Amino acid sequence: MKRRPPIYGLMAEFDTPSDLVAATLRAREAGYRKMDGYSPYPIEELAEAIGFHSSRLPLIVLIGGLIGCAGGYYLQYWVSVMDYPLNIGGRPLNSWPSFIPVTFETTVLVAALAAVLGMLGLNGLPMPYHPVFNVSRFALASRDRFFLCIEATDPKFDHEETMRFLKSLKPRSVSQVPH
Amino acid sequence: MIHDASLPEAELQQFQKRSLLVGIVGLALCGAGMLFNREEFFRSYLLAYLFWIGIALGCLAIVMLHHLSGGAWGIVIRRLLESATRTLPLMALLFLPIVFGLSHLYEWARPEALGDKILRHKSLYLNVPFFLVRAALYFAAWIAVVYFLNKWSLKQDQTAAPSLSRQLELLSGPGLVIYGATMTFASIDWVMSLEAHWFSTIYGLSFMVGQVLGAFAFVIAVAILLSSRKPLSEVISSEHLHDLGKLLLAFVMLWAYLAFSQFLIMFSGNLPEEIPWYIRRQQGGWRWIGLLLILLHFALPFLLLLSRSLKRDAKKLLAVAALVIAMRFVDLLWQVSPAFHPEGFHFNWMDLAAPAGIGGIWLASFARQLKGRPVLPLHDPFFQEAVQHGRE
Repeated sequence: MKRRPPIYGLMAEFDTPSDLVAATLRAREAGYRKMDGYSPYPIEELAEAIGFHSSRLPLIVLIGGLIGCAGGYYLQYWVSVMDYPLNIGGRPLNSWPSFIPVTFETTVLVAALAAVLGMLGLNGLPMPYHPVFNVSRFALASRDRFFLCIEATDPKFDHEETMRFLKSLKPRSVSQVPH
Repeated sequence: MIHDASLPEAELQQFQKRSLLVGIVGLALCGAGMLFNREEFFRSYLLAYLFWIGIALGCLAIVMLHHLSGGAWGIVIRRLLESATRTLPLMALLFLPIVFGLSHLYEWARPEALGDKILRHKSLYLNVPFFLVRAALYFAAWIAVVYFLNKWSLKQDQTAAPSLSRQLELLSGPGLVIYGATMTFASIDWVMSLEAHWFSTIYGLSFMVGQVLGAFAFVIAVAILLSSRKPLSEVISSEHLHDLGKLLLAFVMLWAYLAFSQFLIMFSGNLPEEIPWYIRRQQGGWRWIGLLLILLHFALPFLLLLSRSLKRDAKKLLAVAALVIAMRFVDLLWQVSPAFHPEGFHFNWMDLAAPAGIGGIWLASFARQLKGRPVLPLHDPFFQEAVQHGRE
């Protein structure tokens, strides 16, 4: 395992969302990849600027849906055909049209559960501790400030070099983020 | 800013001429066919008529839905929809052949119907004079709503009065109720009564959703074809197509939901007055047409329209819209033709000639209506916002 870097990263603070997006684009151009932006509200352009890759969540939801679909149908098939076959008005034991509503419901149920649990699994929530909160000014990220944090695990990260780069973006301030 | 919102006249003129030619040739062929096979002529004509009037009425419903809900998606296609609704007087005229073919089409319209106990009871409603009075009422109601929707919309182009939007909104609420009520009964009269012993309470709604779905596919196709030409090329963007694609997806699902609801209830009840309708549609080739509907009217468009990039791609969305339009025809074929041919799949050459004939004339009339007015409602209070939505 690689040695843990001495700090979590360096964080620059901006006044406006457009400054943050512009800074993120510059950082990306400069070759930084391991970074994250923080803002009081979602900024669509920011996700693009960070180069947010498409997530694996849709695939997880699809698999969940397929499991729900097959499971829901099999549950009814097992009950009405295998375990306790009943002749109901001469209909075939495997009366698929009657099984569709429940199959649909279980598809939605398992897909929705897969969406929630998959989302939590992929983004690591709930997260009781995150280093960015060690910077006291970061509390403003839920009010009116916009932050860009370049993480020390980025291969291009160099304490002095990155500090100089962030300062060149004309932020309000740049702070070290301890672990 | 766009100042001139008229389409290239010469091109439309040419399209109009060609459509008219196809229409006349198609109807002439059917006219000749009538001399040899009167029964089949009326059957094919009814099928073709239901298909094309469905698109016109679906457009009427979408215009009113949009006046009530608002949204950029509707403003950019409103004039296309309105042009389609103005073909309804023509459709009233084209209803006449059906009037003369009633005894060929509907068992209740034949004298021997009185020998059937159930049809005798139903004759209080299902009799020729009352049928004609009702049809006249439907057309009168539709044409009246179309008249005012179009009149006020055009007036807004000239006066730019925002109060007209409110007026259109106030008409559209009752207008949709009128459409729902008249179309429920029209679908009972014109289609459900082909098998007069059968009944389904969800039929009217299911028929209307089919119309709106077909109209959405049609207007998406027209918008995409026109979006390569001025002035629509400056307005319609992938953002609008995305919205329209989502609505198409919603109506594909709603159609499947209603079609399945009717099937599930009749399958579960398995009653002698309900289930024969489905038994007839599972005999011979009709079973495969039904399967085709599940696959190509629901499953394929549903899966394709889930994709975000497909909905934003004009060419691909056009292909899906074309598929939906074609399947609308197959669905009507599956609803109508087994009533005449319960033994199995049957396709007469006039089942193609009649849709081409009515369709040619209908499209010519549609093109003529498109030419007559600005293709964008430039003075709608939300027009600029709708254009801006496309540029985001």
